[in-house]
Amino acid sequence: MHRYRFVLFRPLQFLPVLFGISVITFVLVRLIPGDPARILLGTRATPTALARIRAQYGLDEPMWAQYLYFLKNLASGEMGRSTLYKIDVLPLIATRIEPTLALVTMGVLLSLAIAVPFAAISARRQGRAADQAVRVVSTLGIGFPPFWLGLVLILLFSVTLGWLPVSGYGETLGEKISHLILPGLTVALSLSAVLTRSLRAGMIAGIHSDVATAARARGLSENAVFWRHVVPNALVPTVNLLAVNIGWLIGGTVGVESVFALPGMGQLLVRGIFSRDYMVVQGVAMTFAVATVLVNFLADIVTVALDPRVKL
Amino acid sequence: MSGAAPLSGAASAPDADALPALTVEGLEVSVRTEAGLRPLVSGLSFTLARGETLAIAGESGSGKSITSLAIMGLLPPPAVRITGGRIKLGRTELTDLPEGRMRAIRGDRVAMIFQEPMTSLNPVLTIGTQLAEAIRAHETVSKAEARARALEALRSVRLSQPERRLDQYPHELSGGMRQRVMIAMALALRPEVLIADEPTTALDVTVQREVLDLLRDLQRELGTAIILITHDMGVVAEMADRVIVMRDGRMVEEGRATQIFTEPRADYTRALLAAVPRMGAGRGRPPVEAEPIARLSDLQVRFDLKGGLLGRTQARVHAVEHVSFDIRRGETFALVGESGCGKSTIAKAMVGLVPHEGRIEIGGQTLGTLDAAGRKALRRRVQIVFQDPMAALDPRMRIGDLIAEPLVIHGIGTPEERRARVGDLLTRVGLSPAQMERYPHEFSGGQRQRICIARALALRPELIIADESVSALDVSVQARVLDLLAALKREFGIALLFISHDMAVVENVSDRVAVMYLGQIVEMGTRDQVFGNPQHPYTRRLIEAVPVPDPLHQRPPAPRLAGEIPSPVHPVGAGPERVRLADVGAGHLVAG
Repeated sequence: MHRYRFVLFRPLQFLPVLFGISVITFVLVRLIPGDPARILLGTRATPTALARIRAQYGLDEPMWAQYLYFLKNLASGEMGRSTLYKIDVLPLIATRIEPTLALVTMGVLLSLAIAVPFAAISARRQGRAADQAVRVVSTLGIGFPPFWLGLVLILLFSVTLGWLPVSGYGETLGEKISHLILPGLTVALSLSAVLTRSLRAGMIAGIHSDVATAARARGLSENAVFWRHVVPNALVPTVNLLAVNIGWLIGGTVGVESVFALPGMGQLLVRGIFSRDYMVVQGVAMTFAVATVLVNFLADIVTVALDPRVKL
Repeated sequence: MSGAAPLSGAASAPDADALPALTVEGLEVSVRTEAGLRPLVSGLSFTLARGETLAIAGESGSGKSITSLAIMGLLPPPAVRITGGRIKLGRTELTDLPEGRMRAIRGDRVAMIFQEPMTSLNPVLTIGTQLAEAIRAHETVSKAEARARALEALRSVRLSQPERRLDQYPHELSGGMRQRVMIAMALALRPEVLIADEPTTALDVTVQREVLDLLRDLQRELGTAIILITHDMGVVAEMADRVIVMRDGRMVEEGRATQIFTEPRADYTRALLAAVPRMGAGRGRPPVEAEPIARLSDLQVRFDLKGGLLGRTQARVHAVEHVSFDIRRGETFALVGESGCGKSTIAKAMVGLVPHEGRIEIGGQTLGTLDAAGRKALRRRVQIVFQDPMAALDPRMRIGDLIAEPLVIHGIGTPEERRARVGDLLTRVGLSPAQMERYPHEFSGGQRQRICIARALALRPELIIADESVSALDVSVQARVLDLLAALKREFGIALLFISHDMAVVENVSDRVAVMYLGQIVEMGTRDQVFGNPQHPYTRRLIEAVPVPDPLHQRPPAPRLAGEIPSPVHPVGAGPERVRLADVGAGHLVAG
């Protein structure tokens, strides 16, 4: 299993990446205009009260000192205290991570469930009506903004048909899943459009490849040629495309969570920004960054598993 | 060995010997174009007896590959299809067989191997999986049994360590091994007919020899009828009982191999045979005595392989090791060797495309010591012509601009002068100045290579490096391009570094020759010394491996070894053993 050895060592390379991310988010958050103490206490707060709050959250210290505190806290597993929610950031994020994670997972699964069959239909009927239809729809999917798609889906499935809940998250697993279908679909419609195009191109190249011709010459049926010799090779480049898009998606949940009132990280981030809750913004940004790094790591593992030629 | 296993499918009928394995009658294959149906193959008729080898020879566009795809029922739908005639496999009419029944025949009764073993195997599946899949496509056997059969098939193609190969992926095997796997796959079900489409064209000459030997042995053992599609008349002479020569989709001549080679009837066959480079046909020429234009001493090129956590160098590819030679003004110096021997790396080092150690002197100037302006000036003196002219010509530029580009880069002449010069160059390489406004795709392969040569000539270089420049061309085109190079060399007194894997071509064009193996020169001397009196075993092996275009030629029995060339990759600090060249007389250098 020499090829998988990178799984052990690659995480060490994350350390400098994460350090860079922490510096950037720390500085960027503090570039947002506005004074967190004043936002917290309101416009009529006394200078003494403001000073006390600033001292309490370490906001009166120079920026480098604040960063060192931040690092020190991070090392002991803390991300500071939210000025808005008055609790530690880490447990706060922990309560919000599940809906976001579930939304992204749902979106990715649905988009694969849409993209693979559509790309297959399209590639195997290249140039015919079904192919044209898939291409038109996927172009539209790329063109429409997700928040707009989300509203249309709510109108159709929740308001008109009444099949699915309008918004919110729910308590039981069943409730959660039914609440996630529409937001997941919203995400999936844009994502699957990108994936379908990449898969279709790879499959068409595969259908005309020497590998496919040689497999046909061995007497394999067109289905066997397609699913065994064309699809696996077309999946390899798509995995990396998917990873890049999941990175975008994690940041993009902000909009979808707002439309569907999902209590996830995106909502937390928006509220954190408006109330200059430095610690929350920092914490959420760090979490998004770590997630993106992990997704790419995962994509590397999948690529190695799919393509024996790849060495990392 | 698998010889004892019962033959499947084929050859149980009592009159099987009388019945041809394959009959083709008046075959016509056409492609649908905007202007209607255009025939790619027409009026083709032949029979293939059991156990016979029929070669279909011809240059590109002759319709030989289309014919093989038509027999397999694999013509690319819907544009290309059979528009006339019949194909019969034994008693089975194939021409209008429904796809389902044709599929049952494909791979079982007719099998095919392709030119590119690199791209014909699925990179993400193991060899064993692909072999078992081919068997299970036709026979209902368990997975374990299919695996056992796959192993047996790998043994029959004399692959080393067959058990291990089953679990390996295609990229872990060399080109020759992959082609053996393809043959194993094709013959696993004992087909009546095997179609081999340029089976050795992508392989090195010594590997080609092994694969041809293997095909011949297996045919003798299994009685398979073979259709061998090839452009290489040497391969035809070695393998074929009968030959069909095709041109532009029509049969030009058919006959026994001996007859085709000794008394060809058609003019085209005669021209084709005349164009084939033959060993021993090179004219004895007086050696060129002139001062050197290029001098390489102790040239080394190594590529670091980085890896691990910190991206440290973990191993090095020793591409070129301690290579020294001179190229004299006006001579043709040939570097010959098999793929990966470092011959093209030397070319790249000489034009400054890869960093090198050691010394490269061109016209008295040392490459490594020059500043940017000096290097640019030096590039005027050395030009390179690559193997694939389509890849070397920007498809979006007109050929007039392509040829003028070096002049523009070096700031030579006014636009009018450049235009005149381009017209002149085009005439010189046998094209017309009127074609200046056209794009590369409007030309044939040979014409494109002429364009590349014209571009290389634009700066009036003193040395042209021809890196496999004629290898991708049809023999008749190849002969004309070689004539052109020779004429230009005489006219302008240019020295030529001719890099090739083709021993016969090298023997025909070179004044002096260096044979490379694993990054080092193992033998060097004049053409007569190296080809007339080869001393190093590797040189001899290369020369003996070249297929001779004469069916009566008796090959000296040579040991059949499936030798793989060792890897040029060494750990940091280690390296290959240095070869010492000794003079065996009159400047003929041989590795000791």
